[in-house]
Amino acid sequence: MKQTTLHETHERAGGKLIEFGGWHMPVQYGPILDEVRCVRERAGLFDLGHMGRVHFSGPDAVAFLDRLVTNYVARIPVGAIRYAVLCREDGNALDDLLVYREEDGVYAVINASNTQADLEWMRSHVGDLDVVIEDRTEGTAMLALQGPASETVLSKLTSDCDLAGLGYYRWTRGTVCGLDTHISRTGYTGEDGFELTFPCEEAPRVWAELMEAGASQGLQPIGLGARDVLRLEAGMALYGHELDPDHNPVEAGVGFAISFKEEKGDWIGRAALAAVKAAPTKRLMGITTPGPRVPRQGGKLFRGDAEVGYVCSGAPSPTTGTNIASVYLQLDAAEAGAALELDFRGKRQPCTVQALPFFSRTRK
Amino acid sequence: MRPDDRKYAPTHEWVKIDGDTMVIGITDFAVQELSNGNDSDLVYCDLPEVGRILDKGETFGEIESVKAVSDLNTPVAGEIIEINSSIEEHLEILSTDPWNNGWMIRIKPTSKSLDGLMSAEDYEKHLAAAH
Repeated sequence: MKQTTLHETHERAGGKLIEFGGWHMPVQYGPILDEVRCVRERAGLFDLGHMGRVHFSGPDAVAFLDRLVTNYVARIPVGAIRYAVLCREDGNALDDLLVYREEDGVYAVINASNTQADLEWMRSHVGDLDVVIEDRTEGTAMLALQGPASETVLSKLTSDCDLAGLGYYRWTRGTVCGLDTHISRTGYTGEDGFELTFPCEEAPRVWAELMEAGASQGLQPIGLGARDVLRLEAGMALYGHELDPDHNPVEAGVGFAISFKEEKGDWIGRAALAAVKAAPTKRLMGITTPGPRVPRQGGKLFRGDAEVGYVCSGAPSPTTGTNIASVYLQLDAAEAGAALELDFRGKRQPCTVQALPFFSRTRK
Repeated sequence: MRPDDRKYAPTHEWVKIDGDTMVIGITDFAVQELSNGNDSDLVYCDLPEVGRILDKGETFGEIESVKAVSDLNTPVAGEIIEINSSIEEHLEILSTDPWNNGWMIRIKPTSKSLDGLMSAEDYEKHLAAAH
């Protein structure tokens, strides 16, 4: 199992470490739901060293990505970031990613569990394009600082950069703890916050300085368990749950990340997704359930005797005060306010359909 | 050392003879695995109806934490005659006292035999070998 340079830091902080995407990562330091509340009310610090970080350069870098991902990369302004999906020919997802436009290239953050497969897929589709694909995962550290106090905390350690002026889904470079750092106003929590990328050997020092700078704001380290609840509350897809080789981005509701524009040219999955868009059969929605059972992936949803959908991800949601889930529903059941039942081995629990997200401070 | 007045199953349930009945619960290890040491991570315990007949090894309920669900399996066959419904409202009992107040079901056993189950010492070895 791989470890980030913060492995010891997590152990010393009382982190419970588990295998995730081939990495040994903290799932929690304390109660998961307390960590969720900490990020919603104050701020939390996350180690994202496991996420794949890939750089694309060469004259055809942009054109190459426009062939491979759903968003229109050539149209992303330099300094901006867009969500996109990497699809197979059948339109189903190999991975989802964030695409960062640079002056002379493109940077992407991909899922840890898919990093090697994505790199192989990308390299096999270079063809005659002039593009250099560089895996920067091992040499860099990536941290996320998320929550309403993030800007206050980060600004104490940052210079050479206008943090307050950095818009949501924009990136820049600045000096953090004396290091040249790639700073983006992004996150996977539905909160304001930043993601920081810099040389990995400096991570323990940067982590410690951030924790110290954030102590008066109530900053806490946050594990992957809370991260999953936060992203689900924010209605954000997690690969392997809402998106995977059996699910496509159209029905997953991320149409905003798919471009069918002629100028983008053809791309892998375009024809299949155009067909799905013309005639979708299901839609990703949310449910809340007042009962005690937490919906879990694969749980089935019924309207009377008819099975109408299934659960992708579920969690107790401290922010909404109820158990929540993302679910795929057949279209005639995918209506906000509809009353359905969730099956737990024959026992039924009522639930109510609602639009995603359950909560977002950044997407109102 | 865990209590030696009972027997243990490899799936981390315990069973204790109490007169003509047997009481079943889960071990501290099971609770720790589910909650990662944070009792507020336990969110629900689904217990069965009184009167249900269980085969040895049958799933009689489920326990849920924020991240996972685990089956509760009976180490012995019999009829359920009582359940500890106070657990459903007070899951923290499972962390603070899994051996006494954290009992889950009481059964009228089909057989008095606890053959095939582990002593506290053997359960200790089982955990050491598996983890």
